[in-house]
Amino acid sequence: MRYLTDRKRAEGKGASGTGTEHHWYMSVSAVGLALMVPTFLFIFGRALGSGHDVVLATFAKPFPAILTGLVLVIGLQHFRRGAQMMIEDYARGSTRKILVISVITFSYFLMACGLFALAKIAL
Amino acid sequence: MAEIKPVERPLSPHLQIYRPQLTAISSILTRITGNGLIVGVVLMVWWLLAAASGQEYFDFVNAIATSWFGDLVFTLSLLAVWYHYLAGLRHLYFDAGRGLDIPTAELLGWVCIGGSVVLTIITIILV
Repeated sequence: MRYLTDRKRAEGKGASGTGTEHHWYMSVSAVGLALMVPTFLFIFGRALGSGHDVVLATFAKPFPAILTGLVLVIGLQHFRRGAQMMIEDYARGSTRKILVISVITFSYFLMACGLFALAKIAL
Repeated sequence: MAEIKPVERPLSPHLQIYRPQLTAISSILTRITGNGLIVGVVLMVWWLLAAASGQEYFDFVNAIATSWFGDLVFTLSLLAVWYHYLAGLRHLYFDAGRGLDIPTAELLGWVCIGGSVVLTIITIILV
C-alpha cells in the first residue's frame, strides 16, 4: 500500500521547485501595478522638474506617499521575479546563482532607499 | 551490452533561420522593456533620496534628472512602461486562453507597439 498520494509525490518535481507560485505572483502584481501606475506616472511626472519645496510638499501628502511606496515595493518585487526569469533563461551554474542573488539584493536595496526617502519626506 | 550509439537527432532551427515574426518580437520587447525599466527606477529613487536629504544635494541630483540625460532616461522609461503595461495586459488576456489565434495575436502586437507610442505622447502632454 502506498501511503503517499499522487499529488504528494508530484509536488516539487517541476523545474521551478515552487509550482505556479511565481506565475501567480506575476499575475497578481501585474493587475495591482496596472491599477496604480497611471496615477503614479501623473504624480511623479508633475513633481519632476519642480522645485525642492514643491517636491517635498507633493510626497508629504498621504496619497502620493502611499501610492509611491506601493508602486516601488510591488514594482520591484515584480521586477526581481522578471529579471530572475531572464537570468534563468540565459545563464547557468554559479553565474546564474550570483546574478539571481545580486538582482534580489539590489531590488531590496532600492526598496529600502525609496521607502526611507518617502518616510523622511512624509514624517 | 549497453553501447553508446550516437543518435541522429533532428536539430531545431536556430533563431536566425526564422523570418522575424511580430509575436516573437513583441514578446522579447516585453522582456527588454521590463528589465530596462530598472534604469529609470534607479534614477527616480536617487532623486527621491536627494529630495529627502536636503536642498543642496537635491539641486545636484535634480540637475542630472532634468538634464538631457535625465530627459532621455525618463522618456525612454515612459515608453517602456506603457509598452510593458499593454503587453502585460495582453499576457493576462492570453493567460485566460483568449486571443491566441494568429490574426488576433498579431493585431494585439501592433496594438502594444502603437498604443505605447500614443500613450507616451499623451502622458508627456498631460504631465
